[in-house]
Amino acid sequence: MNTFQYHLVGNTKSAKDTFKGHENAKLLSGGMTLLPSMKHGLIAPDHLIDVSRISDLQVLEETAEHLSIGAAIKHDTVAMSTMVQKAIPGLAYLASQIGDPQVRARGTIGGSIANNDPAADYPAAALALKATIVTDQRNISAEDFFTGFYSTALEDGEVITQVKFCKPIQSAYAKYKQMASGYALAGVFIAVFPQQEIRVAVTGVGAGVFRWLEAEQAFLSGQTKPELQRDDLMSDLHASSAYRVNMAQVLFNQAAQSIHNHSS
Amino acid sequence: MQITVNGQTHDLVVKDNTLLIEVIRDQLQLTGTHSGCDTTQCGCCTVLMDQVAVKSCTILARQAQGTSIQTIEGLAQNDHLHPVQEAFSEEHGLQCGYCTPGMIMSTVHLLQRYPAPTDEQIQEGLAGNICRCTGYVNIIKAVKSAAKKIQEAKA
Repeated sequence: MNTFQYHLVGNTKSAKDTFKGHENAKLLSGGMTLLPSMKHGLIAPDHLIDVSRISDLQVLEETAEHLSIGAAIKHDTVAMSTMVQKAIPGLAYLASQIGDPQVRARGTIGGSIANNDPAADYPAAALALKATIVTDQRNISAEDFFTGFYSTALEDGEVITQVKFCKPIQSAYAKYKQMASGYALAGVFIAVFPQQEIRVAVTGVGAGVFRWLEAEQAFLSGQTKPELQRDDLMSDLHASSAYRVNMAQVLFNQAAQSIHNHSS
Repeated sequence: MQITVNGQTHDLVVKDNTLLIEVIRDQLQLTGTHSGCDTTQCGCCTVLMDQVAVKSCTILARQAQGTSIQTIEGLAQNDHLHPVQEAFSEEHGLQCGYCTPGMIMSTVHLLQRYPAPTDEQIQEGLAGNICRCTGYVNIIKAVKSAAKKIQEAKA
């Protein structure tokens, strides 16, 4: 790994100041993507700013309408939290399906959202659950936050503090794992809100997470094979785009079935 | 930086890009923790950090400062193997043995969470550990036997 300077910071202001004071700096949280990327030589930051111990980033709280998860909360904590399991079961399940136990013990929601890997799980939940990404500067809606292939609306040095999810009436996530990595070859999150508002978000299939409007309609009409056409469908050595589209349809039905089973 | 390993606190000088596994193996000479893939896949390097199984090849030493680490060497007490070690030995839960330290540390963590795990919980709980000899059948047997041993010892 390249040489760099490590900075442990205690609050977001200090994270920002440290970032601004140094060239080629990166924020470090769980490091489950950042450190392997550095080992592979894909990136070589000169400064790592460890935000994982900032207390403002450890929030896990519920109000009547929202569930807020601090950016440094680990996947395992979300998966095992009875608060999350009760408020948004689909979200707790999603967290339990990320990577493997050791990765879930370190990786954080803020890191996952900020990295916006096209096959990551959390972006699907954020988009379907109308999340607000809260940073040290502003609130960003999930719709505006995820801007494409590994890219987000975050500015340099902007620190995510929490992800605030809207609590749905029902939620479900269905995922088909790429066997070696555990990332989603396809993943579909369905959230049901009052007044028949349905949100379906898909990960692993396009260049970034997206809403699947045809599936939202299909959920209400009972149609089982919603169309999925996009210009940015992903195709790689693991699966063709046609395969991924088919998997998305299969997973949409799985998630929808799980919601129907719970409501009957 | 300060770090506690197997109950002993050490004051160490480390470079910022030193990994936790390098401290454990090279500086503290605890070579029971193995480096397998060095890419967060295989789980050979698994240790407990504040009682949670983590991959020591993907944690900077500096990220572990102030924590308490337990390695495979820290399991046996007074020359008595830990029940999980005993069970792996008795059930032939190892072939070449390279993955074993990681398997055992993950099992210790798994059994803390699920004292009587189902097959599915074992498979999920050891999903971050790869055995290249593919000796999974006996590994699962060993985990179940270890669970029984620990429960019997408590009864």
